[in-house]
Amino acid sequence: MPMKSILAAGAAVGVLSVVMPVQAQETVNAVMERGALRCGVNTGLAGFSNPDSEGNWEGLDVDVCRAIAAAMLGDPDAVEFTPLTAQQRFTALQSGEVDVLSRNTTWTLTRDTSLGLNFAPVTFYDGQGFMVPADLGVTSALELSGATVCVQPGTTTELNLADYFRANEMEFEPVVIEQIDEVNAAFFAGRCDVYTTDASGLASIRATVAPNPADYIILPEIISKEPLGPVVRHGDDQFFDIVKWTVYALIEAEELGVTSENLEEMMGSSNPSVQRLLGVTPGMGEALGLSESWAHDAIAAVGNYGEIFERNVGVNTPLGLERGINDLWTRGGLMYAMPIR
Amino acid sequence: MAQADTSAPAQEAHGLLYDPRARAVFYQVLTLAIVVGIGWYLIHNTLANLAQQNIASGFGFLDREAGFAISESLIPYDASDTYGRAILVGLLNTLVVAALGILFATLIGTVVGISRLSSNWLVAKLASVYVESVRNVPLLLQLFVWYSIITVSLPHPREEMTVGLDIYLTNRGIYVPVPLADPVWPLVGLALLVGIVLAFVIRRWAKRIQETTGKIKPVLWYSLAVIFGCPLLVWLAGGAPIGMDVPVREGFNFQGGIVRTPEFTALLAGLSFYTGGFIAEIVRSGILAVPRGQTEAARSVGLKPGRVLQLVVLPQALRIIIPPTTSQYLNLTKNSSLAVAIGYPDLVSVGNTTLNQTGQAIEAILIYMTVYLTISLLISLFMNWYNRHIALVER
Amino acid sequence: MANTDTFVPLPSRPPPRATSGFLGWLRGNLFSTWYNALITLLLVWFLVELIVPIVRWVVVDATLFSALGTDDPAAVCRQNDGACWAFIAEWWRFILFGRYPYVEQWRPALAVAITIGLWVISCDRRFWNKRLMYFWLVGVPVVYILMSGGILGLTEVPTVNWGGLPLTIGLSTVGLTVAFPLGIFLALGRRSKMPVIRILSIAYIELIRGVPLITVLFMSSLMLPMFLPTGVTIDVLLRAQIGIILFAAAYLAEVVRGGLQAVPRGQFEAADSLGLTYWQKTGLIVLPQALRISIPPLVNTFIGFFKDTSLVSIISLLDLVGAAKQALTNPSWRGFYQESYLFIALIFFIFCFSMSKYSQWLEKHVNTGTRR
Repeated sequence: MPMKSILAAGAAVGVLSVVMPVQAQETVNAVMERGALRCGVNTGLAGFSNPDSEGNWEGLDVDVCRAIAAAMLGDPDAVEFTPLTAQQRFTALQSGEVDVLSRNTTWTLTRDTSLGLNFAPVTFYDGQGFMVPADLGVTSALELSGATVCVQPGTTTELNLADYFRANEMEFEPVVIEQIDEVNAAFFAGRCDVYTTDASGLASIRATVAPNPADYIILPEIISKEPLGPVVRHGDDQFFDIVKWTVYALIEAEELGVTSENLEEMMGSSNPSVQRLLGVTPGMGEALGLSESWAHDAIAAVGNYGEIFERNVGVNTPLGLERGINDLWTRGGLMYAMPIR
Repeated sequence: MAQADTSAPAQEAHGLLYDPRARAVFYQVLTLAIVVGIGWYLIHNTLANLAQQNIASGFGFLDREAGFAISESLIPYDASDTYGRAILVGLLNTLVVAALGILFATLIGTVVGISRLSSNWLVAKLASVYVESVRNVPLLLQLFVWYSIITVSLPHPREEMTVGLDIYLTNRGIYVPVPLADPVWPLVGLALLVGIVLAFVIRRWAKRIQETTGKIKPVLWYSLAVIFGCPLLVWLAGGAPIGMDVPVREGFNFQGGIVRTPEFTALLAGLSFYTGGFIAEIVRSGILAVPRGQTEAARSVGLKPGRVLQLVVLPQALRIIIPPTTSQYLNLTKNSSLAVAIGYPDLVSVGNTTLNQTGQAIEAILIYMTVYLTISLLISLFMNWYNRHIALVER
Repeated sequence: MANTDTFVPLPSRPPPRATSGFLGWLRGNLFSTWYNALITLLLVWFLVELIVPIVRWVVVDATLFSALGTDDPAAVCRQNDGACWAFIAEWWRFILFGRYPYVEQWRPALAVAITIGLWVISCDRRFWNKRLMYFWLVGVPVVYILMSGGILGLTEVPTVNWGGLPLTIGLSTVGLTVAFPLGIFLALGRRSKMPVIRILSIAYIELIRGVPLITVLFMSSLMLPMFLPTGVTIDVLLRAQIGIILFAAAYLAEVVRGGLQAVPRGQFEAADSLGLTYWQKTGLIVLPQALRISIPPLVNTFIGFFKDTSLVSIISLLDLVGAAKQALTNPSWRGFYQESYLFIALIFFIFCFSMSKYSQWLEKHVNTGTRR
């Protein structure tokens, strides 16, 4: 009688189904009621979203989600992370499977408009670059005609690559591999002359995968702009505001010198900007529909933007990235928080 | 139903209820209604969603510029060509790898299947270790392994390895010289076809001779002679051009000749060895299923061992081997879609890039399904025809 | 020696040294003819060439688990040429259980053990009776509660955090068990005398069997959300599960159809002559015989699907392959893909090999009574 038992097993599986309605206008209420933020992240991108060996998510994109959860719910662990592939990410956001997408997504006009999305401020400015073995003797991307180029498919990277070579009337042979580990292995085995992806990715791959990092150089040309930031759906302005201003609060905190360590000291600061940011002077939280300690909680959870950067991708991590254009505007970078007042 | 017995129309209805034909019609109409209803519901939702989310639909995107490059293609293609052409390139790549995969899987499967029955202990054991390991590990993992074997163990183009004849093995691919374009070559190809047709004619002629006189002609040698002789004669008559397009290292890579990339080689090897393991088992059980008495009887009437295999064992074994092998061929073709994992630009790989650029998931998936269905149908039709051809003709 | 009249047979002489013992075995099995000897020597050379580097990589040059005690085990690994087993030591729990909360991982471990136990007793013919049904009826809800929690003091774990071996086993087990009844209906439909039902069944079976699983998974992951009314979503694990069920149903239908075809015609006629209805005939006479014949091919289909669940890693689920890939994205541990693939290949091999041995045993020992 295995059939009956099999039928029974099948019936029990029906319990698995999870059907959840989306309240398009009510993301904030839904998050509050659920007690958790649903956040879509990359399935695995070193330094941005990757799990540790105990299964806890870490990375820059992950910390942005934790900051939003802390601001809204006071608890940085009240996040349900959903890993998404490049193909799945927009469908998941549009259909309400996730509340916010923090998955190294480039802000472009068509995505912002025709996909029905809203982009919150940029959390990482990136650009596509080239890496070559040093012994190739190449110093500029313009010398790469005829080269074999390793690239991951499915994103703007592949298009930028083709555009760049066409614009400069050069030939190339693409090697297009979906799995990042396979691309890395292929490049370091000499399958390609050139590896192209976002410059941050190149630096981290050189630092962590290359047998000897000094044997590889990253060419000076950056061929595209890749502003990466969190994304929400159209139609819920309050939630959009919360995501937007949480990111600004993290940047503002760095400008004002507020860190996760001196946070309690700073509560007693006489600087009115710090007082407004941390809710000592009330009003900001109320305007967002959150508690007055929203920014305080976010900074307490993950630190200011500089701390997030240094912890996940900075010079002391395996990725070893310089701040560069991701530094504060006061130090020559592009990070600029709108005034919190 | 208490009153039903008293009124005539109700009685008719009652009869109708127990009429098997009427009930059959009712069940069929009901099923059809449910299927159509579900279909309508899904399509309705899809259209509503597409409209609401402002997603374009239709196949108009096929005429737009693709903008991405493809590493290997049988037809000329570059980034300024259309999505439609890009998908055609992917389709041709799928067909190439599937056709060669079927060929190699059959060869490997036959050799290994016979090896498992070998009297040599080492051969038989190695064959079974091979069969058990490829059959019990997911193909996806095997493809990763093949790909890393090829890219890691073959040398870089700068320190290429040659096997002579200007054939170069590098981790960028296998470079093989091809003859320079010459008007004679198409004619040589035509002569090859003529030779193959002639070989068939010779076979029928030899068969007729054997049936009427009992004499056995050396068909194999005659066939080989015409198959290779015809093109050779044409080539000599055309002035015997010997110019070759030899691969030469130039810049970053080799130029000239033809190249098969590591992605192609890895996919082909993975598919052939994986499916070969399954075919080996089919071949082995096919041969074992031919009763020993058949071989002994054939030997006792004086047939040579080669003729025993050709006339008695193989025809019987093939009848058992063909149907399951057909489904292995179909599996191999469908499994070629795993190319996406190691970067061979097959239909799904190119289609996925298209899907990402245009956001038109439904159209892309419809294209995949139509194409694979068509290929599967064609393979099934051919194998069914072949199966009928060799089937036992019963009196 | 005293009595020379009695016949004392000479002790039998040992067989010639060339046909007995180790040498004789060598001669008979490896060097029987000159070409066999040549093949043997070639294969031995090939094996030595193949095995020596593998052994060097796996054992001699490898970094063992002990490297974990050092400050930066990954760096120790990178200095050595061989395999980095410290990677497996650090990550095996992640690969086996995915992102399931670390302290709760006894739950998926227990769930896997129960599921395997259920399969093992299902394989034993002594349990092929009502008892088996009770075991499953109790076992399946227990496994589900263990995995999802939310009651009995177990913390709730959403399906996005399920992963690794439980996912691989769960997707294939649930996939096949739910698809099985569907497959039976499709197989019956394909043999139905009603043209509409027959054509619909044939169309479904051939449509699904004609396309690769990966396209069905893409469909369930990308198109299913569009098929549903706006605002209703199904989580991605269930979507993949639906895809696998729809796919498996078509293959199982063909397996069952093979069994149905093997039921002798007389059985149908006898049932008809007793005046049984279609469902009585099918349920009491035909199916019990057909399903028994289908058991060995059913096990083979299960092996196939067990391996094929690895494709869900392409749609972002964290089965064994997906978890191994995600482990490799950790900044400190990138590049140890060979070790990680070898580890999961071994797991797949253990499961599939034992199942295929079981299926071979079944083919020998089941249906011996009815085999013709």
